[in-house]
Amino acid sequence: MIAFLLAQTIAITGGTVYPVSGPKIANATVLIRDGRIAAVGANVAVPAGATRIDASGKWVTPGLIDGAGQMGLREISAVQNTNEATLRGNEVSASFNVLEGINPASTLIAVNRMEGITTTLAVPNGSLIWGQAVLIDLDGTTIEAMRVKSPAAMVADLSEGSKDAGGGSRAGVAQRLRRVLNDAREYATRRADYRRRQIQDLSASAADLEALQPVLRGELPLLVVANRRSDIETALRIAKEYKLKLILAGAAEGWMIPDEIAAAGVPVLVEPMDNIPSFDALGIRYENAPLLAKGGVKVALMETATENTRDLRQQAGNAVASGMTWEQALRAVTLTPAEVFGVADRYGSLDVGKVANVVVWTGDPFDFGTGVEHVFIRGRDIPLRSRQTELLERYKTLPPKY
Amino acid sequence: MRYLPTAFALLVFAAGCASAGARTTTAAGGAARQQAAAPAPAASQDTAAGIGPQYPSTYQRHPNPPVLIRNATILTAAGQEIQGGSILFKDGRIVAVGTNVQAPTDATVVDGTGKWVTPGVIDTHSHIGVYAAPGTFAESDGNEATRPVTAEVWAEHSFWPQDPQIPLAIAGGVTTIQALPGSANLIGGRSAVLKLVPARSVQEMKFPGAHYGLKMACGENPKRVYGQRGGPSTRMGNMAGYRDAFIQAQAYRRKWDKWNKDHQGDAPERNLRNESLAEVLRGNIYVQNHCYRADEMMQMLDLAHEFGFKIRSFHHAVEAYKIADVLAREGTAVSIWSDWWGFKEEAMDGIYENAALVQQAGGRVVIHSDDASGIQRLNQEAGKAMYHGRRAGIPITRDQAVRWFTANPAWVLGLDSLVGTLEPGKMADVVLWSADPLSVYARALQVYNDGWLVYDRNDPAHQPKTDFSLGQP
Repeated sequence: MIAFLLAQTIAITGGTVYPVSGPKIANATVLIRDGRIAAVGANVAVPAGATRIDASGKWVTPGLIDGAGQMGLREISAVQNTNEATLRGNEVSASFNVLEGINPASTLIAVNRMEGITTTLAVPNGSLIWGQAVLIDLDGTTIEAMRVKSPAAMVADLSEGSKDAGGGSRAGVAQRLRRVLNDAREYATRRADYRRRQIQDLSASAADLEALQPVLRGELPLLVVANRRSDIETALRIAKEYKLKLILAGAAEGWMIPDEIAAAGVPVLVEPMDNIPSFDALGIRYENAPLLAKGGVKVALMETATENTRDLRQQAGNAVASGMTWEQALRAVTLTPAEVFGVADRYGSLDVGKVANVVVWTGDPFDFGTGVEHVFIRGRDIPLRSRQTELLERYKTLPPKY
Repeated sequence: MRYLPTAFALLVFAAGCASAGARTTTAAGGAARQQAAAPAPAASQDTAAGIGPQYPSTYQRHPNPPVLIRNATILTAAGQEIQGGSILFKDGRIVAVGTNVQAPTDATVVDGTGKWVTPGVIDTHSHIGVYAAPGTFAESDGNEATRPVTAEVWAEHSFWPQDPQIPLAIAGGVTTIQALPGSANLIGGRSAVLKLVPARSVQEMKFPGAHYGLKMACGENPKRVYGQRGGPSTRMGNMAGYRDAFIQAQAYRRKWDKWNKDHQGDAPERNLRNESLAEVLRGNIYVQNHCYRADEMMQMLDLAHEFGFKIRSFHHAVEAYKIADVLAREGTAVSIWSDWWGFKEEAMDGIYENAALVQQAGGRVVIHSDDASGIQRLNQEAGKAMYHGRRAGIPITRDQAVRWFTANPAWVLGLDSLVGTLEPGKMADVVLWSADPLSVYARALQVYNDGWLVYDRNDPAHQPKTDFSLGQP
């Protein structure tokens, strides 16, 4: 059965195709074979035997990628025993990779993918260093089947939220992070001494210090939650000192210093509708994402409410209403996050050879009036069903159909 | 990054059920208001008569020249969608709406070409001001979580008019809110129904003539908060708690009603808790009931029948669609989100089509926020709910969807004779939108509250800041 599905060829014909990597193509075909994109263009020959999907009058885009959330890591956030995202008791949890906590059977997956979200970052939660986030496709019965990249980023927190790990001061947090990074460096050169206990006490476990090596080598990005301008600058400073590959998340006051962020070549994950001031970010505002984009910063968008990851579309629409161009916003939920998480060779645009995560929409993906006609994940035509559609079916006419 | 642990803490304690209150129309503010305006609904005589006006509204309309918005698409929320329409308002009242409206010489004329007009947005469920930003313990004033029945507390006594969330909501087109106590308690206290205008005190914001609400809460929150603190710790404990409170209130009401009639002997001793509950029994205070699950709403309707009061609106009501027929029959509105679900167990069964299904069954739908972020986009949430309903084959009209955040919440607060539609004589609460308000791309360009231009997207002189925000980044 699986072999048969993989051998399937699907032709999505007649739609307006938004490859993201290039300009839109009217009346175009997207050809999917063996779970990959085999052809994109206005003059694509449809092989005999291909399953045809008529997308006339429809819009075709890459599947949307959410740069945040905890998909599969928690079923009901208020029910503690359905939560797998936090390693309790450790302020430095660099070796904590969430992958095996992900539940492929989570009901949240079907609810959200049928609205066009095909890929999400599953992020741990914690104190100073939260652990390793993984990128997953929202289809598959095993974590192996869902995994896109693991780890995709090491996550740390330099916002108000991690102050306890620094003894109650932001300065303490920054110093502690440096101590951990220094110790990780020292550990790398003195593993034998460490095993023989011929080394002073280090500030994290061997497993955590080991897990930080790819970060220190600049191979694994360090995703830092920072909102206040000064916290963003601390993150930029530390990244420079240790030559880290940095991703900023939140970055609520980033709009104040787009030049600084752009000059450092650091991408930013932003939640556009987030504008409630706190002492962590009194300068938070709706226009953050557009102002960052205007300033030359690479911006990807996120919706942090996991159960409503589908509202990533609304986040993008609001970014447009606040001044982002529509093209920037579409890129910010497709190709840009793919680049940020280092999978742009496989994800984020409709190009030959890429994984066939493709959505057929009735119109503009950000518009509430737009429905989803088809969602392909790795070439599979996903049934547009969820627990919610079943509830609707049961109660659409009363009394309900039991 | 707002991860749910944070958001959830707010939901749990802040997210409450709305309860609106019959606001005593006062001699001062109320009378002045009524002269300038359409007739106010009958004000409740607070508690047993003989107790005079309490904490009266001092709201006064802000002067503003007459305004004519011309050549816009006007959604009246009263059944009309007028292309190329004009609306004239003066002295806080809507004077005329139509395609042929003349401007008086002193009117400010606003070109509405390509733009849209709706009534001011009304939120039946807000914790702005009682859970103010920046969200510290110092401002956490929404739940008197010291005992499960606190009918004696009034949200207005917590409300901080300098909450920086207020201007954000105004910029989202909101002109009236019901500020509610949270949902920690079985009975959380009285709500405050407020005009969303810059003010030094909550009294200056109190909507003259509005009914107080009484916030009640079902389900998980009270039993979680009190489970280890003397109870209730179960849903059956919750029910016993409401019943016990109303049994006491019945006795209190009898005593006062008798004394008010015959004035024999000393007046009975006042009891603030029973005063609020007795007003519910008299029908002067509206019950605003946080309740998620269908089966629990059915229990609460039975409770209301037992004591002879009406539940004005269920709030959150993510399972309203399961009992849409009953809700329509009972005349109980639902104040709901378009798509929130799953953040707690009793919210598991939320579906996009909730609003549309209740509407279809003949019920009264309100899109509410319960959230300082969501209150800025109630128009968008209504749009989401409308289009999802349509895609499920339920024909929701644009007028109905606009009523979800205007006329219907006005009814829930007992203000439907004053606000909620664009009709001559109504209070001039008017929003000018950049696009179809049910679109994700629409932004409020101008917001008029009682005829006063409180917000103008293109004019910094009309972008109010609260004191808190001065000198901040």
